[in-house]
Amino acid sequence: MTKTLTLLQLTKTFQGVKALTDVSLDVAPGERVALLGHNGAGKSTMMKIILGLIGHDSGTVQVTGAAPGSPEARRHTAYLPENVAFHPALTGLEQIRHYLALRGEAPGLAMDLLERVGLGAAARRRIGTYSKGMRQRVGLAQALIGKPQLLVLDEPTSGLDPVSRRDFYALLDGLAAEGASILLSSHALTEVEARTDRILILSKGVLVAQGSLPDLRREAALPVMLHVVPRAADFAAVAEALPGARAVGGALHLTCAQDEKLAVLSRITGLGAQVADLDVLPPSLEDIYSHFSRRDGQ
Amino acid sequence: MNRILATAGSEFRIALRNRWVTIAVVMMTLFSMVLSAAGSAPSGALGADRLSVIVASLTSLAVYLVPLVALLMSFDAIAGEVERGTLSLLLTYPVSRAEILLGKLLAHLAILALAVAVGYGVAAIAAVLVDENAAQGLPSLIRLMWSSVLLGATFLGIGYGLSAMARRPSGAAGLAIGLWLVMIVLYDLGLLAAVVADNGGVFTTQVFPYALLANPADAFRLFNLAASEATAAASGVSGAANSIPVWQSLVSIVVWPVLAMGFAIAAFRKVTP
Repeated sequence: MTKTLTLLQLTKTFQGVKALTDVSLDVAPGERVALLGHNGAGKSTMMKIILGLIGHDSGTVQVTGAAPGSPEARRHTAYLPENVAFHPALTGLEQIRHYLALRGEAPGLAMDLLERVGLGAAARRRIGTYSKGMRQRVGLAQALIGKPQLLVLDEPTSGLDPVSRRDFYALLDGLAAEGASILLSSHALTEVEARTDRILILSKGVLVAQGSLPDLRREAALPVMLHVVPRAADFAAVAEALPGARAVGGALHLTCAQDEKLAVLSRITGLGAQVADLDVLPPSLEDIYSHFSRRDGQ
Repeated sequence: MNRILATAGSEFRIALRNRWVTIAVVMMTLFSMVLSAAGSAPSGALGADRLSVIVASLTSLAVYLVPLVALLMSFDAIAGEVERGTLSLLLTYPVSRAEILLGKLLAHLAILALAVAVGYGVAAIAAVLVDENAAQGLPSLIRLMWSSVLLGATFLGIGYGLSAMARRPSGAAGLAIGLWLVMIVLYDLGLLAAVVADNGGVFTTQVFPYALLANPADAFRLFNLAASEATAAASGVSGAANSIPVWQSLVSIVVWPVLAMGFAIAAFRKVTP
């Protein structure tokens, strides 16, 4: 199957500073890919190169089989910039009608699009009166125009409340199901975990990890934390049976590698009634993200 | 073409809401009315009809006002989009930079044409009411209208170019006002000083006519005054440049808008959002 987006050893330098180094990736039709990284990790730069807004120094970029920024690529690509802005004097409806006309679509579709993103009631008000979340919805509405093959969304959910976020991801699921490729960036792994097929982590312009969340979890091989609460009378006995455990209040905290987890668990259950309670805490998403994004250079 | 028209439609709407349409029309009308009132005195003595005399006065007005209005409307065109953060999204659409600029040009030209038509129209009606021979001046009025629109197109194009070069609206506004001062006010003063100092030498006979043709505002003035019967009513420049044939000034006012838009498109292509 042909890929919607292919990057091969992409490198970009700004005044001697490397913004992206040898980044290679591809996105297949219908795939939802999340791009994670700190501020300044190169997420927006990578997106702007994909959109043809800025050039690159070396490597190749192919968008729907064409050069980035070519009329062919632009016809099939939709973009939602970070902190999207519109002219405040136009109404939401007028703005979307304009964008429809630029894509050669019927301006009459504007109201439908605005209703899809929940802006039907405010369509005839000027964008100058909109809240940040409403502007973000206008941005989303324009990204839905004309069945794009590739959606590039730069922090699309910033400014949206949790309910709107859920609606937003439901919209994306629908688009992906119809075959659109989605590349979205985010600061938070917690937010994208359930809504994307693959996660890319960018750190200082280098792609440090990519894969599904279970892949990343396995690759990071971060220790598992176990919280054991012994019965008060048996505290000393349990502590002795679990060397390396730290006493925290009335509980014992111990960590072990992923592959030792079952062995440790059976040792704890072997203690029988001496143990009052047990919690197994897998590494959190934020732990995994920090592991990868800090591995380079820190 | 659809993309150009869509851009023009949105730009016109924005200008309407930002009161630019009102400002341009009111400005042109006010100045035209003041001029036609003030210019009423010399008419009979010259033997020219009233409208031709007013066209001559309007020409002098248009030389200052049309470039000013055009620059005021255009300085924000690119720099404003950059500052608002709307440009990067726009440039990911399948629309070329030339199409974006042509759309803006179309909208701004329509506003300028409206302002010119209303402003000159009011002055013309006033002239026709007092002088029944005024209809003779109608061709020169129509010529003044379309050449004013061409003059406006030149300065709109230059304004877009400056806007793209400055990247910030405040910088673009400064450049636009500076350019207006240099091309409209200082240029003529400089030429005048040079002609006086030269005292009928090589500069006056060889260089001066081309220096006038090279400036779109001077070429506009030459074209309208040379073609008008009321040349005598206007003082200054035209008398010194009687030798310049009308077709040369016509070429200048037609070619300038094309050059200006070429400059604007080239400058816009250098903008990275």
